[in-house]
Order: sequence, then structure tokens, then C-alpha cells
Amino acid sequence: GAMALARPAQAQQEPLQPNTLEEIQGYNNFYEFGYDKADPARYAGEMATQPWTVKVDGLVDNPGDYALDDLLSGIETEERIYRLRCVEGWSMVIPWNGVELADVLAKVGVQPAARFVAFETVVQPEVMPGVQAGVLDFPYVEGLRLDEAMHPLAILATGLYGEPLANQNGAPIRLVVPWKYGFKSIKSIVRISLVEEQPPATWNLTNATEYGFYSNVNPEVDHPRWSQATERRIGGGLFSSRQPTLMFNGYEEVASLYEGMDLTENF
Amino acid sequence: MAVPSAAAQAVNTALRRVPAWLLYGAGAIYMAWLFWQALSGVSVEPIDWLERAYGETALQLLVATLAVTPLRRLLGINLLKFRRALGLLVFFFVLAHFLVWALLDVQTLDAVWADIVKRPYVTIGMAAFLMLIPLAATSNNASLRRMGGAAWRRMHWLTYPIAVLGAVHYVWLARGFALEPLLYLCAIVLLLATRLPFRRVATA
Repeated sequence: GAMALARPAQAQQEPLQPNTLEEIQGYNNFYEFGYDKADPARYAGEMATQPWTVKVDGLVDNPGDYALDDLLSGIETEERIYRLRCVEGWSMVIPWNGVELADVLAKVGVQPAARFVAFETVVQPEVMPGVQAGVLDFPYVEGLRLDEAMHPLAILATGLYGEPLANQNGAPIRLVVPWKYGFKSIKSIVRISLVEEQPPATWNLTNATEYGFYSNVNPEVDHPRWSQATERRIGGGLFSSRQPTLMFNGYEEVASLYEGMDLTENF
Repeated sequence: MAVPSAAAQAVNTALRRVPAWLLYGAGAIYMAWLFWQALSGVSVEPIDWLERAYGETALQLLVATLAVTPLRRLLGINLLKFRRALGLLVFFFVLAHFLVWALLDVQTLDAVWADIVKRPYVTIGMAAFLMLIPLAATSNNASLRRMGGAAWRRMHWLTYPIAVLGAVHYVWLARGFALEPLLYLCAIVLLLATRLPFRRVATA
């Protein structure tokens, strides 16, 4: 609702100008389809997204294989205009449509012992050139601490600009955690597990010194191979300026989640 | 040296009529065409696109430059008269790659310097660029005469470390397993390996 729309807008000075649909659908990291930014738009169309089942398991009251509509039924879909900051140093503004992750978790019934949420992306090797080439160890997995997952800014998106998600954007359902680097916002989710121990995360497994479990946007903690102090907003053309990257990508209201933690250590 | 086959001789004959200056013209037009594409919306992230396009073209030209000697030794195809143009084009594309990176991508002198000092893949790219400068400056007949053939050749062996550094620079940049940078590295290592002094076995 209106509250949700107002929240991200408070975090920055000017109103956010969303990127165009062409930009959002044409420049993607979705390594299952290859490592070039144009590969997902080129190949993801072949991915089958209907029917779609999400397995919910682990420390939940209502485990099961949920048809997508059943998982989301009764939960209001909202628009959230969020900045997206890629770990590579570029950014976009995206008008997502989705539901709060906390509402979905409430629906499946999180048990008291659960401390983390684990997510898994679909694998359809026959239509995924990046899976065939072994670009990463698939399936892609990600995770959040339970309090991060319960934060009202964390959503499961099913659309953008009022249209269903394009496959390259993670159709039919993906995570969006706007204060973390983009790779944490796992795409095309087929499994959500409530667990006790910190779950594995693909980029962290690939290179733990470069990609931490938390991966909060932080201009003061550089990637070992490049600075994170600035970013370039996609769509500015050949002569566009870099802009300063904001702590937590501008979503300072999540800072309390990390009180007392050394963010250089827990990057 | 291998005796040129009929096919190699046909290639050599055809190329005799192609002047080397054509390569400079083609290189300049290609460089301008890439820039024009970046200006006119080839990618929503044209700075990164152009930086990569210039860098990759430099690596392709480097592979071509390194292929001249093995092609002559192993197949009898003689591209020697094009080698200087190929080498100088490597320099100009690396220069363009550097300028796009410094002026359009990183944008401030402080950040350029910080990257060169702090980021190993930038450091080695920069080292390769600096080593290319004396090679480009001496790629003319007057320098060759002044230095003498032996000293000139010794200096231009710098091409070998430059090629390896350039390829490693590209491999180091990738997130995850990227095939293309590794292919450039393989090609360069193979082309350098053909220059190792294998003992010749008499076949007669």
C-alpha cells in the first residue's frame, strides 16, 4: 500500500526515476543462461515457468509443494520502487510488484527453532547454456538470517511495471532484498527452507574472500578487486557520471539488524 | 622453415598486392565504428561495452601479431610486412581502452591512481600498457637503424610478457568461470610455446 511506497522514498533525496523496461530486461546477471549481460535476454525465454511449484520445507508448520498461486493467495501485491545495486558497481531503479516475504513466511508458519531462510533457484539444464557450461555450481542457492527475511523491505517479486516478470528477471517469483548486493536477490525460486544453521550461498561458496554471506551494500568495504565507493546508474549513456554508493544502498532503516556487528568482518 | 605449400604460395602472392597501410585505415575505421555504436545505444551500459570492445580488439590484434612468425615457420605463409601495423594497432587499441577506462569509467584522477596501486588486475594491465609505449615509439625504420637490429629485437621481446600480462588481466577480471578470457590466454601461451627452442631431429 501507500506506506510501503513511502518507505523507500524516504531513504534518498530525490524521487527515484525507474529505469526503462528495456534496460531492466536487457542487462542482467543470470548465470544459468551465461555470463554475458545480454545472455539472459537471449536464452531465458526457453525456461518453463508454468506450472510452477515452490517446495517449502524445514522448520515450518505447513510444509509442502505449493502451486505459486496457492503460496501467494490472500496476500496483497504491492508496488515497491527500489534501487538495485550490483556488486559489480552498476545500479538500476526497478518498480517491483510483489509481496512481503514476512507475509509468506507467516503463512507457512515459521517454527521457533528456525534461524535462517534458505532459497534455491530452478535448474533446467536443457535450456540453460550456463548450467551446461558449468559457469557456477548449480543449483544457485542463497540465504538470509530470519530477522533479515522478516524485515518489511524484503519482498518476493512476481512482476515489475505491473507486468509479470520476464524470465531473465527471475520469473515467476524471486527475492528482492534492496539493501544487499543484487546477487543475494535469488531468481526463479523453487524451494524455501527454514533452517537452524547458516545456509550455503552460491557466490560465497565460489569465492568466500570476495562475497560474504551478508553482502550488504557498503561503500566503505571494497570488493578485493574493485572499489565499492561509487556506482554507475544504468541508462545514463556514454558520458554518464558515477554517483556515490549509499550505506545499505540508502535503506538505513535496516541498520539496527546489524547493531554490534563488525561490517568489515561480516561483509 | 617449411617449404611453402601451393596454398601458402597462393596466399603469399595474393597478399603481395595488399599494402600494409590498409590495416591502419581499417583499424581507425573499426575504432571509430565501435565508438559510434557505443554512442548510439548498442548497450544500456555503453561505457563498459566500449571498454571491453577496445580491450578485446587489442587482444585479438596481439594474437594476430604473435601468429605471424609461427605461420611463416610452420606453414610458409608470409605476413611479415603487416606485423608492424598489427603491433601498432595493438598499442592504439590499448590506448583507447585505457582512455575509456580512465576518462569515462573511473572518471577521477584519484580513483584512477587508487585502482592502479590497489587492484592487481589493473596494475598488470597498466604495466603492459607502459611496456607497449617504447615498442610503439620504436616501431619505425629510423629507430630500427639507430638502435641496430640486435638491440631492437631484444627490446621488442617485451611483446611476450605484454601478451601474457594482457591475457591474465582479462582472466582476472571475470566473476566465476568465463570461457572467453581463458581462450585468449590459451592462444597466447600456445603461440609463445611455438617459439621455444625445440631440438630439431634430422629427418633426411
